[in-house]
Amino acid sequence: MIQSIGFGLVALCMLATAIMVVRSDNLIRATLWLGGTLLATAGLYAIVGASFLASVQVLLYVGGVMTLMIFGVMITRRHEGLDVPAESTGGVRGAIAAVLLFVVLAAAIDKTEGLDVLRVTPPTTTAELGRALLVEHVFAFEVLSLLLLGTIIGAIVLARKRDLGAAVRALHAPRPAAEIPAPPPSASGDDDASSKVAA
Amino acid sequence: MTLSHVLLLASALFSVGVYGLLTRRQVVAILLSVELMANAANLVFVAMSRFRGGVSGQIFAIFALALTVAEVAVGLALVILLYRAHSDTRVDLASELKQ
Repeated sequence: MIQSIGFGLVALCMLATAIMVVRSDNLIRATLWLGGTLLATAGLYAIVGASFLASVQVLLYVGGVMTLMIFGVMITRRHEGLDVPAESTGGVRGAIAAVLLFVVLAAAIDKTEGLDVLRVTPPTTTAELGRALLVEHVFAFEVLSLLLLGTIIGAIVLARKRDLGAAVRALHAPRPAAEIPAPPPSASGDDDASSKVAA
Repeated sequence: MTLSHVLLLASALFSVGVYGLLTRRQVVAILLSVELMANAANLVFVAMSRFRGGVSGQIFAIFALALTVAEVAVGLALVILLYRAHSDTRVDLASELKQ
C-alpha cells in the first residue's frame, strides 16, 4: 500500500518535471527540471529495490551529466546572464506524434499477457550485482571501459581549438580569389595543422 | 504497483522525450530530450529485473547509464563545434551537407 502511494507520487513528479523539461522557455531551467526527473527516477529505483542503481543515478546523472549540460549551455553563449531562450516550433504536430506513440505503446502493454505479476522477487544486493558485473559480464565491462576511453579522446579531439569551425565559416563566406593572401614563406602548405598545434 | 504500471510510466516518459525531440530547436534542449528517452529505457530494464528476478536487468541498466554519459560527452563536444562554426546552437544552422 505504502509502496503504491510512493510509486504514484514519484510517477507524478517524474511526468510533471519531464513535461517542464520539454516545455520550459529557458534552457537553464529546462536543464534543472531534468535534474528533477532524474532524481524522481532514482526514487523509483529505490522503490523497486535497486538501491545501488539509485545511488549511481544520483551520483552520475544528477552530479555529472547535469553539470556537463549546464557547462554546455553556458559555454555556447555570447551574452551574460541566465536568460537563455530554448526555441521550439511545431508544438501541435509534435504533441500529436507523441500522443500517438504513447497510445501505441500503451496498447502494446495492454495486449501483452502476464504483465500483471506482482511477484516480488527479493531486492538485489550490491554484492550480487558486483559479482555478476565482474564474473559473468566481465568482457562487456572491459569493452565498456575501452569505449569510455575512446569517448574521452574523441570528445577532446572534437572540442579542441582547431580551425574546423573556421573552415566551415570559410565555406559560407563569399571570397574573391584575388584576396586570398599568399602563404608566408616560412610555413609550407601541408604542415599547417602541426604548426598551429605548436603555436 | 505492477509491472504494467511501471511500463506505462516509462512509455509516457519516452513520449514526452519524443515530443521534446520533435519540437526543440536548440541542440542542448534536444540532448535533454534524448536524456529523457534514455532514462525511460533504463527504467524498463530495472523494472523487468525487479519483477522477473535476476540481476541481468540491472547490469544492463548500469551499462546503459555509462553509454549515456559517453553520449552526452561527445554530444556536448559537437555542440561546442557547432557553436564555433555558427556562433549559435540552433540545429537548423547545421546544413552544410545540403549544399
